[in-house]
Amino acid sequence: MQKFRRLPLARIVAIGSTVFILLVVAGLIWYAHGHSIPVLQPKGEIGDKERQLIFFALGLSVIVVVPVFIMLFSFAWRFRASNTKAKYLPNWDSSRLFESLWWAIPSVLILVLSVVTWQSSHQLDPYQPIQSNARPLKVQVVALQWKWLFIYPDQGVATVNYMPIPTNQPVDLTITSDAPMNAFWVPQLGGQVYAMAGMSTKLHLIANHDGVYEGRSSNISGKGFSDMTFTANALPQASFDHWVAQTKNHHLDLSSQTYAALAKPATSKPLTYGTVQANLYDTIIEKYMGNMSTPAPKHNYHVDRPTMSHDGMEME
Amino acid sequence: MSLFATTSALWGRLSINELPHDVIMAGGAVTVVGAVFATIALLTITKRWKWLWKEWLTSVDPKKIGIMYIILSTLMLLRGLADVIMMRAQQALASGDAHGILSADHFQQVFSAHGTIMIFFVAMGFMFGLINLVVPLQIGSRDVSFPFLNATSFWLFAAGVVLVNLSLVVGEFSAAGWLAYPPLSELQYSPGTGVDYWIWSLQISGAGSLLAGINFIATILKMRAPGMTLMKMPMFTWSVLGAMTLVVFAFPILTVTLTLLALDRSLGMHFFTSVMGGNPMMYVNLIWAWGHPEVYILILPAFGVFSEVVPTFSRKRLFGYTSMVWAIWAIVFLSFIVWLHHFFTMGAGADVNAFFGIMTMIIAVPTGVKIFNWIFTMYRGRVHFTSPMLWFMGFVVMFTIGGVAGVLMAVPPADFQLHNSLFLVAHFHSMIISGVLFGYFAGLSYWFPKIFGFKLNETLGKLAFWNWLIGFILAFVPLYILGLMGATRRMDHYDASLGWQPLFIVAGVGVMFVIAGVGCQVLQLAYSIWKRNENRDTTGDPWNARTLEWATSSPPPEYNFAVIPDGSSRDALWEQKQNNKPLPKDPLYTDIVVPKNTPYGLFIAGAALAFGFAMIWHILWLGAVAVFALLLAIITRTTSDNTTRVITAKEVKTMEGTQ
Repeated sequence: MQKFRRLPLARIVAIGSTVFILLVVAGLIWYAHGHSIPVLQPKGEIGDKERQLIFFALGLSVIVVVPVFIMLFSFAWRFRASNTKAKYLPNWDSSRLFESLWWAIPSVLILVLSVVTWQSSHQLDPYQPIQSNARPLKVQVVALQWKWLFIYPDQGVATVNYMPIPTNQPVDLTITSDAPMNAFWVPQLGGQVYAMAGMSTKLHLIANHDGVYEGRSSNISGKGFSDMTFTANALPQASFDHWVAQTKNHHLDLSSQTYAALAKPATSKPLTYGTVQANLYDTIIEKYMGNMSTPAPKHNYHVDRPTMSHDGMEME
Repeated sequence: MSLFATTSALWGRLSINELPHDVIMAGGAVTVVGAVFATIALLTITKRWKWLWKEWLTSVDPKKIGIMYIILSTLMLLRGLADVIMMRAQQALASGDAHGILSADHFQQVFSAHGTIMIFFVAMGFMFGLINLVVPLQIGSRDVSFPFLNATSFWLFAAGVVLVNLSLVVGEFSAAGWLAYPPLSELQYSPGTGVDYWIWSLQISGAGSLLAGINFIATILKMRAPGMTLMKMPMFTWSVLGAMTLVVFAFPILTVTLTLLALDRSLGMHFFTSVMGGNPMMYVNLIWAWGHPEVYILILPAFGVFSEVVPTFSRKRLFGYTSMVWAIWAIVFLSFIVWLHHFFTMGAGADVNAFFGIMTMIIAVPTGVKIFNWIFTMYRGRVHFTSPMLWFMGFVVMFTIGGVAGVLMAVPPADFQLHNSLFLVAHFHSMIISGVLFGYFAGLSYWFPKIFGFKLNETLGKLAFWNWLIGFILAFVPLYILGLMGATRRMDHYDASLGWQPLFIVAGVGVMFVIAGVGCQVLQLAYSIWKRNENRDTTGDPWNARTLEWATSSPPPEYNFAVIPDGSSRDALWEQKQNNKPLPKDPLYTDIVVPKNTPYGLFIAGAALAFGFAMIWHILWLGAVAVFALLLAIITRTTSDNTTRVITAKEVKTMEGTQ
């Protein structure tokens, strides 16, 4: 008697829970749909290609996942113990054909994905300049505790926590840190790269639409890390030139002294510097290269490639 | 600043100021101290000290050591869950101008502790617990190869647990994340004791893990029942052999890495600093050269559990045994050449990134093979949906979804957009909660009657499962979405305009379901103990199972098997049952040599604990005393000949008669 009562209860819990889970997932997706999803709604060529890759890999995976789910649930139902009509072969424990299939089919899919991975890793290598007729804008990025410094070496200006860039012009970023390791990420423009003290990493991005894009550090770097947010402001070329001209008249000057004050651990509001000491970026890196107990190449950090450039580490 | 520049010769840098002075932190300290005092009081009132010492603390019986591992890990699961509650509350509240309930520093300590505890003291503990309980029985052995070493491993693990919780009472815990990347974890940016607590708790428990790894490889290779060739071993044992091989190759890397970091911090060296020729990238490489195999160390035994559970409850042989073995060893091999996928964003060249990306994807193949084989074990079987089977079904669904997320992140340019985001956090929780925790929960309810002699209540077990599953999905689907929305991990607050708060709140609700699930499990245990006489396992084989651990009584006698069983077929017990081979009525018993209880494992770990404490607080004299005590304990024990005792054939016969 009790057995008859218990069975439906277990089934009701199972069905109820499954329906609840599906409703919640649907609700969450509906909620996300009404909001900005930067990784899936990129505003630049690099981010867009990375989004396509995400969907391509997802599509390939689904080819395996769907049969897995169908088999899992249909076998579970068909061969439930109470269904005595189903065929029962307790000693059937191998099949060369089936086992070959599930070694082979995923292998083929992975082979396809490997080719795509190899190509895309080279195409979308963050060190790879973006093909464009426009001359890239150079920006030197320094992660500080806990703010971002952007130096425009060709314009001779600098900003903190906001980065104006001209739309449709490639941006050639060299990134370092005068703090613990950070990661520079503007999801709407494209993927991230670490910022590390004493070395220079590279990242090439482009914005193809005007707009203000949120950026942040994605690697923990101490107490104020959550405030290491900034904006990348993509402006039409004319507005950008106008901004540069105006900024050059700005009274704040970024010298070794003002830099030392800026670099002290603290969060910061957006700041603008009308003038920047020449070679400040290189000086920041060289700070960590001094006092080396072992001889090391001093200026290897601005070699164009691969330049994670610290002695001893060969990542290439 | 170095070890020699301490403030006080007697106390090192320890002072009264190191006690917590924040309300929530003090709460943690009071809980720990209160729990210790309550335990001491309970033991004293019930006069259990002698019993505790004789039956448990000095025991070298793997079954008892396994139970102690699982008790400690369960406590640590609750501690890790308390951390989760704080993290989820913080992130659900701290939108815009609201700054939540925790300071940034405390929040960072909480998530660093959460990761450290869940991996090292929950997952590892459950794993070694289950291995201790099951492997000797499953291979038809009376013991492990080195019983005293096994006890030492456990007590070193326990010393790590003590240290990590001590940080709640004196000092602080690391705020540098669960893997403590330098230069953040170096003295310059983390001058306090937090990172030192992290280093020494892992260093001591890690040494225990390495010793246990060696022990179980030796046990599996040398102690199998007659007839049990390698290709006749139960699949759980195979998985453990794979995992322990990984332990032996991977844990020395952890030991060295932690030592170098400790040298940086204590003696002013510069292995991983950004200055003086140090290189933080070297640390990141080393820690993941251990860290990636570690993932498989945890997951392989859980796979092994499913390989036992699915055939038993499908009443059918495991499908594709040979494939399964090859898949394990493919995973073991590949897991050592994928570590760089944890930091594609470091700026290595495209060739390097692409190589590691492709290797990572290849791991999906043997993993997929295992899943297909389990599903085909159900095919043409008779599937009984007990709670271990539910954990299995939940595992397949969640693990596959998490695996897809993993394949996306294995493509380096795609990873540039997903790395360090909450998408990554959701991915590895999908893998570790479903792949590790669900597996161990399945294993614990499966082997519970073997160890304790009665079954767990099924209704509560199933309720626990559904709460866990719902909670898991509510907690992590929002995190996948948040990651795509650009939310990074480890934020203690965020801008309100981003629209993230509702998703964090849903994730918080998910955690409440998980808590309800854990509540069901606690209730299940209590209720099952209360009703134990109704659910006694008198046969030794309550599930109609297949392997040798079910061929002895539940719970098994100290010596596991009065007569060593025959292991010459794959599902040895199932074959016996099929062939109706009755066991001899009055078998020929022989004398059995068993190891004597010894407190030396406890002593060695105690000395290691004192040494770790001394290193954290820079108390040189204590460090010296601890090293001396450690050496003394090792020498005394290893030179002692009086370590075994004999249970005579007559005694065995009486014991078997009363079983």
